[in-house]
Amino acid sequence: MLKVVVVGNGMVGHHYVEQLVASKVEAQITVIGGETRPAYDRVHLSEFFAGRSPEDLALTTRDHYRELGVEAHFGDMVASIDRDGKTLTTDSGQQFSYDKLVLATGSYPFVPPVKGNDLEPCVVYRTIDDLGIIQAQAKGGKVGVVVGGGLLGLECANAVKNLGLETHVVEFAPGLMGVQLDSGGSAMLRRKIEALGVTVHTSKATQVIEQDAEGEARLRMQFADGGSLATDMIVFSAGIRPYDQLAKDSGLTVGERGGIEIDYHCKTSDSDIFAIGECALFGGRIYGLVAPGYRMAEAAVSQLTDEVVAFQGADMSTKLKLLGVDVGSIGDAHGKEAGSVAYTFSDERIDVYKRLIVSADGKKLLGAVLVGDCSDYDTLLQYFLNGIALPADPQTLILPYNAGAAPALGAGALPATAIICSCHNVSKGDIVNAMDAGFCSLGEVKAETAASSGCGGCAALLKNIVDDELAARGLEVNKAMCEHFNFTRQEMFHVVKVESIKSFDELINKHGSGRGCDICKPTAGSILASLWNDYVLEEKHVGLQDTNDTFLANMQKNGTYSVVPRIAGGEITPDKLITIGQVAKKYNLYTKITGGQRIDLFGARVQHLPAIWEELIAAGFETGHAYGKALRTVKSCVGSTWCRYGVQDSVAMALYIENRYKGLRSPHKLKSAVSGCTRECAEAQSKDFGVIATENGWNLFVCGNGGMKPRHADLFATDLDDETLIKYIDRFLMFYVRTADRLQRTSVWMGTLEGGLDYLREVVIEDSLGIAAELEEQMDSIVGSYQCEWKTTVEDPERLKRFRQFVNSKAEDREIIFVEERGQPRPATEAERIQILAESA
Amino acid sequence: MSTDKLIEKSEPISLCMQADLIPNSGICAELDGQQIALFYLPRESPRLYALGNWDPIGKANILSRGMVGDLDGRLVVASPMYKQHFDLLTGECLEDTEICVPVFPVSLVGDHVMLRL
Ligand code: SRM
Ligand SMILES: Cc1cc2nc3c(=O)[nH]c(=O)nc-3n(C[C@H](O)[C@H](O)[C@H](O)COP(=O)(O)OP(=O)(O)OC[C@H]3O[C@@H](n4cnc5c(N)ncnc54)[C@H](O)[C@@H]3O)c2cc1C
Ligand code: SF4
Ligand code: FES
Repeated sequence: MLKVVVVGNGMVGHHYVEQLVASKVEAQITVIGGETRPAYDRVHLSEFFAGRSPEDLALTTRDHYRELGVEAHFGDMVASIDRDGKTLTTDSGQQFSYDKLVLATGSYPFVPPVKGNDLEPCVVYRTIDDLGIIQAQAKGGKVGVVVGGGLLGLECANAVKNLGLETHVVEFAPGLMGVQLDSGGSAMLRRKIEALGVTVHTSKATQVIEQDAEGEARLRMQFADGGSLATDMIVFSAGIRPYDQLAKDSGLTVGERGGIEIDYHCKTSDSDIFAIGECALFGGRIYGLVAPGYRMAEAAVSQLTDEVVAFQGADMSTKLKLLGVDVGSIGDAHGKEAGSVAYTFSDERIDVYKRLIVSADGKKLLGAVLVGDCSDYDTLLQYFLNGIALPADPQTLILPYNAGAAPALGAGALPATAIICSCHNVSKGDIVNAMDAGFCSLGEVKAETAASSGCGGCAALLKNIVDDELAARGLEVNKAMCEHFNFTRQEMFHVVKVESIKSFDELINKHGSGRGCDICKPTAGSILASLWNDYVLEEKHVGLQDTNDTFLANMQKNGTYSVVPRIAGGEITPDKLITIGQVAKKYNLYTKITGGQRIDLFGARVQHLPAIWEELIAAGFETGHAYGKALRTVKSCVGSTWCRYGVQDSVAMALYIENRYKGLRSPHKLKSAVSGCTRECAEAQSKDFGVIATENGWNLFVCGNGGMKPRHADLFATDLDDETLIKYIDRFLMFYVRTADRLQRTSVWMGTLEGGLDYLREVVIEDSLGIAAELEEQMDSIVGSYQCEWKTTVEDPERLKRFRQFVNSKAEDREIIFVEERGQPRPATEAERIQILAESA
Repeated sequence: MSTDKLIEKSEPISLCMQADLIPNSGICAELDGQQIALFYLPRESPRLYALGNWDPIGKANILSRGMVGDLDGRLVVASPMYKQHFDLLTGECLEDTEICVPVFPVSLVGDHVMLRL
């Protein structure tokens, strides 16, 4: 049998083994890995500090290799290759013979030749072992420096920061991420990173590292410009160098600045030896990303089969989240091509920078830089990779939405060669072929092509393409909400109403299949509540509610909850303010004024919720439904009572509206506002329904939205008296509740109504469907059956059982840990939590 | 598996009473410092499921507060934090098969919920 030996068991070496095992080639595979553990996910290395264990990061195990029949040795480096005898020898003296040899030795961090770079807490960031060292060194230290402001350096800075050290980045070049970003993007990135509390030093050359004589810290760095910096740890992340010594020693051709030279077939200068991944040099270039390495592995495996594929270079576009900052770089970010034209959009208010580089004729996208907002990345990447002709005004691709930007690229516009899933190298053509072969549903396409089973970033685009293809084939696009119901929300609503269905069991027995899931259950729960307004925690509805609805509070990142009492219209008495303060103090809650004119209390443990609410209810508070797909807030301005310009009592109207619709369950949350004059201090035109006072009454606006895609509300009717205003709102809301899809805000729903605003006016004002009376009646019945869910809950001992942390003990969840910041509690970060738990153990 | 065999082999401990369970939903119990999410699905067989309460993705003790249902015929709980699904029988995460939460043998004996760590 063919003897294949793979040297190096990093991400690419492992991918090679997997591909070879999966191919038809009969081979006896031997793996020799220099690290003590089998391959792991280096790309997600930083998650180690967020609590992912080495096991979580593992890509394979010794047992798994054994099952595959792969012979594997770890913790032993290959020391030399005898190409004539086709054997190799390891550090420990073991010998292996090969027919084909694959070098997947990767690379190692470059440590600049600075005097003192070998002093004790000078470390690098490449392996799991390195992380262990960094973690140990960080203990007891206060300051950490990362040398290198590139992609990896910034990722490393994030890790150092999460370890609780004051973090500095020292970069030799004038800007951060100079390889991927132009100077404008780099400057914006710097602003954002500094805002996070990381100090950035650019154009800094380190001359010497020495023990800190002043005793301020363990080390001191002296810079060429005369300055110095005291630090307890230095992490070098100033670039990578290929592990090519082994190849060099055995006489293989190596690039001038390192890297084992390979051809299209990933063959080195010896045709029985391949090199793949970060140790390989192709076309004068080292590819420091994992996807190109995978392509090389596949090309190298194909050499042993009859279906040979070539490696033809790879795209180096990247999208990252560095320290929580979105950064994207596509193609030629520096505009190096002659005659290229650049468009730049920069908004320092929200720290967003976007730049397009376009060919001289304006037709092709050559490159792009995105900092602070990567939402256009996917669209731009498709333009770039597929050479799609740009719109006449390319700048519309990066302008904010409200400037009338071009829509995202439709699935139909993509050529068959467009790569949809870069993790698994699946093109649009592959997807179309799978569908031609009869795999038509999204699930089948995923299973057949492996698309969307890696990082998941392509899920939305994949679904668009499948839907588009289905439509093109005249097949019905599957609008079913999930595998249990073949309905849209709208259809479910009709069925429940027409058949007077009162429980989920009845609904699924009659019209669905299986047991339901976290998509159809809450949808049904919301519909049942919109129609019959039962108490949401009644036993038959309990399993239908999301945790927020079950515990009548919003879950926070550490498993505690927030408490939001209703403060209708934003009006609150001093006594009520005092109660909120007292409750927050007693239960150690973080308090904050929300964007909706009320007060949120965060960090309540589940077992404290009932007592908190008992005290709030006693002081006259009600639930604010911040957890529900329901009416949230009705903002008000102070209006004619106090304001010099007010023409109506906007506070009274806001209170009336909030109290009328509180508790109404809807497809998504609902927000409203009332302003006392056209100055619009309550921002009513950004709400699902907004009211603005006029000399003669009220103007009603509908279908506005803040949030992710802001939409200015449409003026719906003018100069209404109080009664007509409420009548129209009743009808409008009930029509929305009835006909919108799940999780569709009014603004999006408006976009789906054929006939748009005019149609809505016909239905609501002119009663063109003859349902106005019914809509009003339904609203009246909901308003009439309102109950404060928290009041009902605290009065019922059976319900309170739910709010125990443990059924069998009174202990607290000891993994919920708070630390103090600005005089209030906040959840401990993952690193703090781990440390505090370790100290208390 | 029959309940009496389980008792013979490992002497499970009585965690709580049947009346503490909430049909079609979850509760949380604690045993030797291990948090356990207990789900009671009266119409399924078996009726009881016990998983570790820690959500390794959301990083909080919350799985007992997730919603139960089925996906592709597997009984699952959806984490209330970021909505990944965990198989009630095996603990496997459907979205990321490398991630698994512990499962514990559990059964109803009379009125008692018996569990073995
Ligand atoms: C607390 C608050 C932020 C603050 O500190 O001010 C907040 C907090 C949350 N918002 Fe908000 N939003 C808050 C005002 C807003 C506003 C401003 C406003 O209402 O005037 C907006 C934009 C206006 C709008 O909705 O049109 C807003 C747009 C969103 C969105 C995006 C909605 C959209 O249509 O794009 C979400 C996500 C969603 O609902 O799917 C969201 C979701 C959330 C969630 C529920 C996220 C979550 O699942 O954990 C947050 C939890 C609240 C909690 O734990 O209590 N929040 N959120 C504000 C609570 C207001 C209140 O008193 O109830
Ligand atoms: C913190 C960090 C974050 C990253 N983030 C991203 C990202 O977001 N996206 C991305 O695409 N890429 C990222 N990368 C880069 C990515 O990890 C590499 O491109 C990829 O791991 C290269 O795989 P490889 O198998 O070629 O090399 P490696 O994974 O380095 O594996 C090579 C292995 O060979 C061993 N070896 C070397 N010499 C010998 C010898 N003589 N004998 C035996 N064994 C030997 C080494 O010890 C090593 O275990 C990141 C890297 C790091 C460090
Ligand atoms: S909207 Fe009008 S009434 Fe309200 S505060 Fe502004 S100016 Fe005064
Ligand atoms: S791009 Fe990562 S899964 Fe498709």
